[in-house]
Amino acid sequence: MAQYPKEIRVSQPDDLFEALVDAHENLTDAESRQMNSRLILLLANLVGDLDQVLAAINKARSSITAEQK
Amino acid sequence: MPKGYTHPKFIAPPAPKSGKDSTKVAIVGAGPVGLTVAIDLAQRGISVTLLDDDDTTSHGSRLICMSKRTLEIFDRIGIGKLLEEKGVIWNKGRLFFQDDEIYNFDLLPEPGHAWPAFINIQQYYVEDFLVQKAETTPGIELRWKHAVVGLEVHDEGASLGIETPDGAYKLDASYVIACDGAHSTIRKALNLPFVGRAFDDRFLITDVFMKANFPSERWFWFEPPFHDGQSALLHKQPDGVWRIDLQIAANADPEEEIKEDKVRGRIERMLGSDIPFEIEWISLYSFRCRRLEKFRHNNIFFAGDSAHQVSPFGARGGNGGVQDADNLAWKLAKVIKGEAPDNLLDSYEAERIPAADENIKNSSRSTDFMTPKSAAVKDLRDAVLALARQEPFARRMVNSGRLSVPARYESSPLITCDASTFNRGLLPGSAAVDAPILIDGKEDWLLKQIGQNFTIMIWGPTPPNIPTDILVIQIGPENDPSGLIKERYNMREGTTYLFRPDQHIAARTHQFNQEWLTAALARSAGRH
Repeated sequence: MAQYPKEIRVSQPDDLFEALVDAHENLTDAESRQMNSRLILLLANLVGDLDQVLAAINKARSSITAEQK
Repeated sequence: MPKGYTHPKFIAPPAPKSGKDSTKVAIVGAGPVGLTVAIDLAQRGISVTLLDDDDTTSHGSRLICMSKRTLEIFDRIGIGKLLEEKGVIWNKGRLFFQDDEIYNFDLLPEPGHAWPAFINIQQYYVEDFLVQKAETTPGIELRWKHAVVGLEVHDEGASLGIETPDGAYKLDASYVIACDGAHSTIRKALNLPFVGRAFDDRFLITDVFMKANFPSERWFWFEPPFHDGQSALLHKQPDGVWRIDLQIAANADPEEEIKEDKVRGRIERMLGSDIPFEIEWISLYSFRCRRLEKFRHNNIFFAGDSAHQVSPFGARGGNGGVQDADNLAWKLAKVIKGEAPDNLLDSYEAERIPAADENIKNSSRSTDFMTPKSAAVKDLRDAVLALARQEPFARRMVNSGRLSVPARYESSPLITCDASTFNRGLLPGSAAVDAPILIDGKEDWLLKQIGQNFTIMIWGPTPPNIPTDILVIQIGPENDPSGLIKERYNMREGTTYLFRPDQHIAARTHQFNQEWLTAALARSAGRH
C-alpha cells in the first residue's frame, strides 16, 4: 500500500487555511460537518487513486488512535 | 517601573513668545517612527521640528521584536551598534499544543549578513538611542511637551495649534508627518476613518522581571494546561525582562483582568511557583487590523500606527512603521530640495499601502488561527495542530505569527521592469540584500556601501558618463571573495542594479547602457 508522502505539496498554506475557514462561514454545526464530509469525497475523487486515498485515511485514523493511548 | 532602565526627563523648550513659528517639516510624535523619519530627513539636509506631548521615552516595553530590515534601517541612520550591544538575538521558535512541544523551527541565519533575523529590545531603549542620535544630528529641533491640539490645512501646508507648559502657539509647516500613533490627533482633526476589522478577543500583554533560565527563543502555546485552553507566548528581552502574552476570553471583564493579583496568578500557573518574578508592565489589548484609505492628504503624511494598525503576532506594527519612515524620508528630501517633482510623494502611499495590506492580511490570519470563531473552525485548527506533530505540510499551516519581512514594491510606479531576463537574483522593488564585501582589503558589508542618493552596482568596469551624483559600486572577484554578491544578485559581466536611497532595487539589467540608466533614474525619481 502507498505511504502518505512526507513532501510538502501545498505551496500557499495560509491561503489554504483561510479558504477552509471561509468555507464554514455562516453554516450551522450540522452543515459544517456535511460540508467537511462532502469536501473529503470531492478531494478523494480529485486524488483518484484508491491506494493514495487509503494512505491518507490510515494516516488520519492512526493519528487519532495514537492519541487514545 | 523598569529594572535596568531609568526613564530620562527631557527639557521642554519654551513656546515662541510671539505665539507664532514656522518650519519646513513638522513631525508629530517622537516615537520610533517619528524619530526615524526626523533623523533620516536631517541626514539628507532637511531641517525638521519634532513635537511630542511627553518628555520621556515609551512607558512599557511595547514593540520588542526588531526585524532584520528594521535593523538595517537603524544601522543606516546610525544606531545599529547600540542596538546590537543591548539587544537579545534569537533565531529559534518552539510551538506547543496542549501538553507537548509539537515542533520547533530555526530562522536559520544564513551566513553573510550583517544583521540577524531578529533582535528583541524594549521600545524605550530604541527611542532612547534614537533621541541620542537626534540630539547630535544638526537640523533637528526636538520640542518635548509641545502637544499638538489642532490643525488647519491651507494651500501652502498646514498650521498646527500647539500647547506647551508655558503657553500656546501656532506652528506653520509646509509638510506635516503624523507619527502620533493609533489615537492620532492629526487623523482626528482631519476626521479620517479607518477601514478594516476589529477582533473581539483580548490579549493580556505583560512584561515580567525574573531570573529564569529559559533560552533566547520564542515559545508559543496553543491551549496549554496552565492557561484555560487559550494561547500564550513567552519572549526574552534585555535586563532579565520577559514578554508574556496571554489570550483572554472575549467576554472577560477588562477591569478585572488587568488587576495585578489576577495577572500574577495567571503567570504563576504558567511559570510554576518556584520562579520569583516582578511585574513590570501590564496592558490589555483587543486587536484591530485596519488602515486609513489614504496615507497622503495634500502635504500631510501618515506613518506608523496613525496610518495602519495590526495585531502584534508577526511583529509587523513597529517594523512596518519604521519602513514607512524609510520610504518617505528620501522622497520628501528630494522634493523639498527641488530634485524631484511633487508626484514622487504620491508613490509613498502607492508603495506603503500595499505593504500595510500585506501586514494586515498576515496579522489577521495569525489572529484568526489563534482565536477560532466557530466550533467547525476550531476543529480544523486543532486538526492542523495535531497533524503538525508528524506531518511537515501541517507545520506550514500552523500560524502563531508570520514574522515581518520587508515589502517588495512590486506594483510601484517608480520601479522599472527587468530589461533583460534574470533567472535568479533580486526582483525590482525588493529591499537590497546584504552580503560581505572587501573595501580596501578589509571585510565590510554591501548595504553600508549604498549611498544617500541613487547608487549603481555593476559587475565590471565603471561605464563612462555616469551622472556625478550617482555612486558606483564596482563588483568583481577581487571584492566579492565569498561569491555571495554574485550569487545573491545573479551577477555576470555587465550586470547592473540601481539602488534607491532607501536601498530598494529600482531597476536591474544584464547589459548596462546609458539610456536604460537615464530612464530608470527618471522613473524612480517620479518623472514618469
